[in-house]
Amino acid sequence: MITRREFLQASLAASAIYGGSGFGNWSRLAAQQALGQDQLLQFDDFGNLTLIHITDIHAQLKPIWFREPEWNIGVGDAKGVPWHVVGNAFLDMFKIAPGSPEAYALTYEDFAALGKTYGRMGGMDRVATVVKAIRAARPDSILLDGGDTWQGSMSSLLTRGQDCVNVMNALGVEAMTSHWEWTLGTERVKEIVETQLAFPFLGANIFDAEWDEPAFEPYKIFEKAGLRIAVIGQAFPYMPIANPKWMFPEYSFGIREERMQEVVDEVRATGVDLVVCLSHNGFDVDKKMASRVTGIDVILTGHTHDAIPEPVLVGQTILIASGSHGKFISRVDLDVRDGKMMGFRHKLIPIFSDVITPDPEMAALIDAERAPFKAQLEEQIGTTESLLYRRGNFQGTWDDLICNAVRSERDVQIALSPGVRWGASLLPGDAITREDIHNVTSMTYGQVYRTEMTGETLKTVLEDVADNIFNPDPYYQQGGDMVRVGGMGFACDVTKDIGSRITEMTLLDTGEAIDPSKSYTVGGWASVNEGTEGPQIWDLVEAHIRKLGTVRLEPNPSVKVTGI
Amino acid sequence: MKLNRREALSVGLGGIFLATMPGLSAAATLEELTAAFTGGATPGTDGITLTTPEIAENGNTVPVEIDAPGAVAIMLVASGNPEPAVATFTFGPAAGRQFAATRIRLAKTQDVYALAKMADGSILQAQATVKVTIGGCGG
Repeated sequence: MITRREFLQASLAASAIYGGSGFGNWSRLAAQQALGQDQLLQFDDFGNLTLIHITDIHAQLKPIWFREPEWNIGVGDAKGVPWHVVGNAFLDMFKIAPGSPEAYALTYEDFAALGKTYGRMGGMDRVATVVKAIRAARPDSILLDGGDTWQGSMSSLLTRGQDCVNVMNALGVEAMTSHWEWTLGTERVKEIVETQLAFPFLGANIFDAEWDEPAFEPYKIFEKAGLRIAVIGQAFPYMPIANPKWMFPEYSFGIREERMQEVVDEVRATGVDLVVCLSHNGFDVDKKMASRVTGIDVILTGHTHDAIPEPVLVGQTILIASGSHGKFISRVDLDVRDGKMMGFRHKLIPIFSDVITPDPEMAALIDAERAPFKAQLEEQIGTTESLLYRRGNFQGTWDDLICNAVRSERDVQIALSPGVRWGASLLPGDAITREDIHNVTSMTYGQVYRTEMTGETLKTVLEDVADNIFNPDPYYQQGGDMVRVGGMGFACDVTKDIGSRITEMTLLDTGEAIDPSKSYTVGGWASVNEGTEGPQIWDLVEAHIRKLGTVRLEPNPSVKVTGI
Repeated sequence: MKLNRREALSVGLGGIFLATMPGLSAAATLEELTAAFTGGATPGTDGITLTTPEIAENGNTVPVEIDAPGAVAIMLVASGNPEPAVATFTFGPAAGRQFAATRIRLAKTQDVYALAKMADGSILQAQATVKVTIGGCGG
């Protein structure tokens, strides 16, 4: 067995070439006006096997803006660790120059200005170029998709995921796992998996709900470079809790740590050379799992959308975080010998859409997928003067706009909007198209309900969601980010326990404190309850923006966060 | 006498309750149940495995498994339920494996306890927190 010390030496030697960050010197290159595709792809081949990881694309086939979070608070052991550090602190941690391309790609600082300098990111045609280049250099490679692929755009909603399935088939993905895929419903998921998908849909933790038995392929063994490599899938564990379980009542999920150990042991017993876990657990859950399940060499993480320039080492397992929305691809070169991972070299490759040449075949396929809906997608609904973004633990400007739309269109005092991590940004001055609205709202349960809730119920909802983010034990964090609230302010102390995090709930219309026994009118969307009635959120937001014409949002001081 | 299904079930459950929890009131607390089961012995923690989901997918039917090789009895307690006593499983000498799996209803987020009584009278204990949440907001 390789010792921890030897392992660290091997890995440090590998990453030293990139100055520790695995990120190269593109700040300097950009200053010299030389940031180009060759620099982005530059990689000194290492070892004998390459993993290519992409995750959480959320159906974004075209390049987009995506502002990284300003709030991404870690609690307990996760306080101050790289994937919970944002902005300038992140730049300091990885020695990234402010204003550089990497600062733009990885943080929120000066986003609007840097966006205009460095351009949109992602686009599956650019991703295809990068994948092809890596494969040309490294025939012994495996391309893996961490899931959240078939949901998040208007065209994916209209085709029930078909556009993304066609694109990922053409890209040559070799295995995937899942989360939002399930919101298409069991029947559609099975139809795709059984008749459309050219690669396995892995999930060791997907069980039959009635018999509590494994229901999907848990892993796939690849044979490359004379090696046998096990890729184990781990679907999003909290599927029936975080998303509507009535859409896939046949299945049960869960972290199922003991099951993961069992599957690792099973593949190890067949003598595989390498064990990779393709996970949609989220980074903190994966980190905990890596510390408790033995025998996994690499975890390709997903769900929490973190883009981390370096692998995170837990025991002898490396964790790779590859961002979201097609902004990044991870290339991980491994030296695998005698059934052991002896070392690695890693690069988080940013997909600058103006720098990387689109792959013509993929570009043509994407255009063909969009063609039937092109006019609908690209119709301009309004214009924004403000930066519109969502990602972050608390309110984003997109959410403020959506909450305003719910309050005015449904005539309610308080609006609730889900704290999902997906949703592309828009820069000041951008047109708002119908597609842009869908990019932050598209889902199969977008009905906007109107109801009444007591102050006590509102407090329970906020406490419950807050505990799903700020519970110090990651295994108890099922949530996305904090629920977005319109018309009501509150304070949140992230260090407290459930029941005492949320205080100072205030009705903003009157400035009065929320009365636990009083009822308030509440509108919201993305309810997990079956039979929710109301207009679709994208139609409602479109109606609101049409009335405004030009959107301008003032800074929103209604949420006070303490305990950071 | 004619019993409807509901009455039959309640009589049946009462019967099990009396058989397994003699002498205890209907709302026995975790402490009372533990004291009665252990006879005051301090429990060990090795040799018993309690498997629960971290967060219940449905609080009305939460899968729970207890594995305690060599146990003669296993007691399952849901400490936060109005009625914490869930079940006691007894194993005769012919039992091939001292393992129990069932589904339980949890009223709210709480700790679930499994206690095993071994052949020599020693006690093992395992506990797990199961969160029961409103759900939604799945990023």
